[in-house]
Amino acid sequence: MTSLDPRLVRLLLGIAAPVLALGAAFAITSLVLVVAGDPVGEVWSTILSPPETRNVVNIVNAATVLYLSGVAVAIGFRMNLFNIGVDGQYRVAAFAAAAVAGEAWLPGVLNMVLAVLVAMLAGAIWAGIAGLLRATRGVSEVISTIMLNFIATSVVAFLLRQVAVREEGSNIVSTRPIPEGSRLPGIPFGDLPNLEIYGFVVVAALVGLGYWFVLNKTRFGFDLRATGRSAPAATASGISVKRMTVATMLLSGAIAGLVGMPLLLGSSYAYGSTFQSGLGFAGIAIALLGRNHPVGIALGALLFAFLDEQSNPLQILVGVSPDIVAITQGVVVLTVVISYEVVRRFGSRLEQRRVAAALESERSAKADAKQEASA
Amino acid sequence: MRRTTKLAAVLSTAVLALSACGGGDSDSGGDSSGGGGGDASSDIRVGVAYDVGGRGDQSFNDSAAAGLDQASEELGIEFQESEASDGESEADREERLRTFAEAGYTHIIGVGFAYSPSMAAVAPEYPEVSFAIIDDEAAVGDNIANLVFAEEQGSFLVGAAAALKSESGQIGFVGGVETPLIQKFQAGYEAGAQAVNEDIEIDVTYLTQPPDFSGFADPARGETAATGMFDDGADVVYHAAGGSGGGVFEAASQADGLAIGVDSDQYETADPAVQDVILTSMLKNVNVAVYEWLTAAAEGDTPTGTTRYDLAADGVGYSTSGGQVDDIEDQLETFKQQIVDGEIEVPTTP
Repeated sequence: MTSLDPRLVRLLLGIAAPVLALGAAFAITSLVLVVAGDPVGEVWSTILSPPETRNVVNIVNAATVLYLSGVAVAIGFRMNLFNIGVDGQYRVAAFAAAAVAGEAWLPGVLNMVLAVLVAMLAGAIWAGIAGLLRATRGVSEVISTIMLNFIATSVVAFLLRQVAVREEGSNIVSTRPIPEGSRLPGIPFGDLPNLEIYGFVVVAALVGLGYWFVLNKTRFGFDLRATGRSAPAATASGISVKRMTVATMLLSGAIAGLVGMPLLLGSSYAYGSTFQSGLGFAGIAIALLGRNHPVGIALGALLFAFLDEQSNPLQILVGVSPDIVAITQGVVVLTVVISYEVVRRFGSRLEQRRVAAALESERSAKADAKQEASA
Repeated sequence: MRRTTKLAAVLSTAVLALSACGGGDSDSGGDSSGGGGGDASSDIRVGVAYDVGGRGDQSFNDSAAAGLDQASEELGIEFQESEASDGESEADREERLRTFAEAGYTHIIGVGFAYSPSMAAVAPEYPEVSFAIIDDEAAVGDNIANLVFAEEQGSFLVGAAAALKSESGQIGFVGGVETPLIQKFQAGYEAGAQAVNEDIEIDVTYLTQPPDFSGFADPARGETAATGMFDDGADVVYHAAGGSGGGVFEAASQADGLAIGVDSDQYETADPAVQDVILTSMLKNVNVAVYEWLTAAAEGDTPTGTTRYDLAADGVGYSTSGGQVDDIEDQLETFKQQIVDGEIEVPTTP
């Protein structure tokens, strides 16, 4: 066989999958553009043009939010739990945090910390309902979390009306704004005023680090991954699958609770009718894209944020609907899953051949040795 | 693990694809607007940022688009459009306004109150650009015009019409989303109906609560809500529910009742099969506001600050096409005069 270092092979295969996926996504999107009769070249040159400073800030900010959502989903994935409910969890959490912080019971930074804790708690409780249902009644978390998303919408809408304040002349309903001292200052970037990266980006990075550490370096993380691989095997080795289910959902929900925090503490300072929605669903795609790996999720989040940001001028400058980017994003998710599977199969065939060859040569070597000995 | 991954991939792709479809039917706005208007004899360039739904929503956005088209045709104004996607962030809205400003558009219109915070943030960065926002008075600045409407006054008149036409003494109101804006419609409607008949019974339903704005685009839910009212004994139902209104007309048609349209003269745009149930429509002339602002702008005198489009300014009113209110027009005109003269003060909250 070839003398290629197996580690090099693995690295090449690792790069091959995303490159293949992005290439395919690029080709399919171009095809859609051609069929729709849109200017393919102009669309790509707009999307792929280097972003300006303010766009860079927007991309990093959007990626921060998407990253947290991706990690929340990935925690469930590692345990073979499909938490579709991140969307509802972060909205419940953001509302709870905004309502509590708006009351300003604590001064300054303490109020901010309280808001974050309330958000994590609210997210964990909302996700925990699905975890409990799964553990005690065997209800599929896919179904229960979807249902909880709808319930979250209604509950938040109802509660929002109870605590809402309204600015004079405005038609936006929102919670009381968080006092200035409790807002998270941004990181200045570039020379434009009002251009800041969310301070929460630091927290997001810490969450990524914590995710990696807990899953790969702790007993809990091992139990979680083991249960995800095979529940019966985990049970046999003394892991309580039920307890792990609830714990994982609580953890996933707590991180989901953080999703709205960069927006709340860094830009909107209140939860209202114009608060960004749909972040939980983007998180599912991003977790898939990032293969549940903390760095992969970050790259996925940046890619999605980049595409979203670059799509904004499409309609204005090229006259093409920005919906084309939603198609690209969907296609990327599919091609990533498919190309990883293709590359995995190719890789395992390579591996089999290598092992077979190694065994073969070993056996023949042994046979040679035997022959020599008997001779 | 892998099965979950596949399921997740299919689902999330479906979600993204659906969201793409959701906006798909309206992307003609992007295409049709490409060149802008005619011979570009005016030197202002107009950027229009629509709310979710965009041009083609048969409602609020379309009304703004109509004013834009009129101004473009008559004045040769060059324009470009962009629409919001559902659930986008504040940064997305700000970026839309900035992209227009950076691309050299001199006049930018935000259609809908959702642009309030973003316009307040972006306008000061581009003092040489003129901004206008519809349905909002909270975003104020030297280069911002606030175009607002007295929806309660127009609703008062159709409320009076409903009470005059009702035989059962019971009428209904279907609101799209329970926002302060739509509550203004409700408040005026109730006041108008009570001005005619103090004992009138008014059923009120909202289809969704914010931040769920699907109530403006869900005809099936509109039909269910209105059918419930007709079954309950109401015989006239007024809707302030945007695209969901089609369902209200359908319900009225099936129950042999009457319905009242909103925003534009819906007798003209509704399905001919339900045309005869449309008693009248509460007109909210967003097109007039857009047209007037652009006309003034083209003449080099861009208005800023709040402009209120009320009954006196013909910013709101009621439609007469179909002829169903001909017999009560005198009474409605009397009410209108009383409101214009200030004799009747219409409440803005229910």
